[in-house]
Amino acid sequence: MADILLKVTDLEIKAGDATIVDKVSFDLQKGRVLGLIGESGAGKSTIGLASLGHSRDGLQITGGQAELNGRDILHLSKRDTRLLRGAAVTYVAQSAAAAFNPAHRLIDQVIEATLWHGLMSRAMAIERAKELFALLGLPDPENFGDRYPHQGSGGQLQRAMTAMALCPHPELIVFDEPTTALDVTTQIEVLAAIKQAIAKTGTSALYISHDLAVVAQVADDILVLRNGRMVERGSVDDIFNAPREDYTRQLVSMRQSEKPAREQARDSLLSIKGIEAGYIPGIPVLQDVSLDLGRGETLAVVGESGSGKSTLARVVTGLLPASSGTLSFDGKELANGLAARTPETLRNIQIVNQIPDLALNPRQTVEAILSRPLAFYFGLKGAALQSRVATLLDQIELPHSMLGRYPAELSGGQKQRICIARALAADPKLIICDEPTSALDPLVAEGILDLLMRLQAEVGTSYLFITHDLAIVRAIADTVAVMLGGKVVRYGRKAEVLAPPFDPYTEKLVASVPEMRPGWLDEAIARRPSPRRSS
Amino acid sequence: MKNLPPLTPMALIGLVGVAAFIVLAAFAPWLAPHPVSEVVGGVWDVPSADALLGTDNIGRDLFSRLVWGARVTFVIAALSTAIAFLIGVSLGFYAAVRRGWIDQILSRLNDLMMAIPTLIFALVVLAVLPKNMVVLVLVMATLEATRVFRVSRAIAADLVGLDYVEVARLRGESWSWIIVREILPNALSPLLAELGLRFAFAILFLSTLSFLGLGVQPPIADWGSLVKENKDGLLFGIFAALIPGAAIAALVICVNLVVDWILRKTTSLKGARRNG
Repeated sequence: MADILLKVTDLEIKAGDATIVDKVSFDLQKGRVLGLIGESGAGKSTIGLASLGHSRDGLQITGGQAELNGRDILHLSKRDTRLLRGAAVTYVAQSAAAAFNPAHRLIDQVIEATLWHGLMSRAMAIERAKELFALLGLPDPENFGDRYPHQGSGGQLQRAMTAMALCPHPELIVFDEPTTALDVTTQIEVLAAIKQAIAKTGTSALYISHDLAVVAQVADDILVLRNGRMVERGSVDDIFNAPREDYTRQLVSMRQSEKPAREQARDSLLSIKGIEAGYIPGIPVLQDVSLDLGRGETLAVVGESGSGKSTLARVVTGLLPASSGTLSFDGKELANGLAARTPETLRNIQIVNQIPDLALNPRQTVEAILSRPLAFYFGLKGAALQSRVATLLDQIELPHSMLGRYPAELSGGQKQRICIARALAADPKLIICDEPTSALDPLVAEGILDLLMRLQAEVGTSYLFITHDLAIVRAIADTVAVMLGGKVVRYGRKAEVLAPPFDPYTEKLVASVPEMRPGWLDEAIARRPSPRRSS
Repeated sequence: MKNLPPLTPMALIGLVGVAAFIVLAAFAPWLAPHPVSEVVGGVWDVPSADALLGTDNIGRDLFSRLVWGARVTFVIAALSTAIAFLIGVSLGFYAAVRRGWIDQILSRLNDLMMAIPTLIFALVVLAVLPKNMVVLVLVMATLEATRVFRVSRAIAADLVGLDYVEVARLRGESWSWIIVREILPNALSPLLAELGLRFAFAILFLSTLSFLGLGVQPPIADWGSLVKENKDGLLFGIFAALIPGAAIAALVICVNLVVDWILRKTTSLKGARRNG
């Protein structure tokens, strides 16, 4: 076909002996968007970079071809590769905040590549950039480029980077997880802007993401990848309505689970009253936060980054003493600050952190990690200790052969399971889960949530669950608190909180969560009264 | 200390050099042809079968004195480095873990010590106190400890913020557990590199002190004293002083090569976490 822009055939990329990308073939027609989806290690970023004629350090392209407009781009000279990048093919990175040079104004960086390639005069490039700023819905497009990177929000920088990519009239843009690092309410703005800009300029794009719900909004076709191999390729409708492979089916049916709502609130285990806390005296991060968590229930605290939800977790753990307000736990007042708490209290409140890599000591084996709380709190030794550790491993569904492993020898999901087992070892009444699934791949995250729910049913532990993801809230919560700017803006039983009438913020939050179906974004934008152009 | 980094040629040179030095120090009584202060010939004789590197300023065998000197140099440098690490690491880790005013007091006292030039501090103290090995080792250890404190506090301050240390604190673990079990094992690689560097500095520092007459006292000699004893020969075209000087330089370079090798390991450990 004449209108094929990018044609990749049997692409094979290796790191030493390990195969990262295994015989992947696809083609991209002009003016269309292909979504590459897969979990970490699927090779999607590696394929995206290969489309720029680039491979990361330590990786070699060992076979196959990639042709752009019929021209081989994998075996170009250094000079030709340089001429290709930033002109015919451009790139939008995951973290624009890290990709911009903080010492230069945005406009200079947006037009830099275009000028370097001599595609436009400076005045023309600036004019083009301003048009793109307007197209992408950036505030004050005339003067936006005069800002420095620190003067823009994450969402604005991501859009500015999209403008940078669009500036030289490229034939192909590679988007590498452009919205992954953003809050949901920002993500929807950026997604809408990217979608509109791609459509208006008629550019082709590769859109890389781990989130099928996001890809479905932007892409025309989807390529599902797993462990460097192609699983399935099809149009968005095919993938959603008639998936051929089990893995695709699993991805599509994800995030649909919902915990049945309990009618009656149980008696209170943790009660937070009028808490005010902060890191710098005089600047409270939390203001007048009052919440209740029932025995054996889950209280989900939702909010975007900076809303104070993790600070709340630190106050409950005692790592950050509150400056005013009271906490009570299990009918007794909870001492403010770690030093004043009894060992019994410490035992009863355990934590599961966001990033399991940081939560496990890399120099301790799984056995050492799980044994310590048992020995510390219950004085277990010898055979009793070993059998209890074995029970814990059974509970988190890991084989006993894991005992001698170090954290570096475990996968992300296995590490998080070990963290859960460590918390469980103390036999606590409350486990604080601080975004325990946000660093994990979607299917692995589902497994962790299922595990947490099963343990709650078996052991009766209560969870204080911090998250930014409303889909998780639906799946696990009994009570929900929505936080914004350090205050609780909405609080109640799940059914009430997630049903209209909404307050403005909760409405925005609910409307921003990508739904697992094509066309959601268009509907969500249409539903909004006026597109906000400033977040 | 599993999976050592691949051995580079430079690392091999360093390891061989350091190993030779340790062998020299350990087996001095068997390797040295003559006792340390036996006069075997004339003043500054040229090398001969009896005195492999010639004789020194009063006719003693220079090779034998070099071998015995290796032992003295090694013992003093190793002891002072070990004591410096004992003091520096424990106080540095304690300051990093406790933070707050304990950290402030320890760190500011350390700054005060570091503000005084090392050599002047050592000269004044050693001039006043009795001249013996114990005092020498303690003074050197105290001065080295200030640098070790800085480094270990910085390493520990990085680790203290990590979630697994917070989890241990939430469990109610004691400070000593957190330092010994959670922090120390993860600080070993950078500390090992620092140990090598400090050892090299200790050799140089000892040589300097001995050269100035405040270090090892006659008749025994470390390598610095050998340079001092024979330096006047340079005026007459006798190069006896250069041999111990070259030995010091070679040893310090070898130690540095080994440290570089260990540091490669440290950085590769840190880079082990990859994304994508």
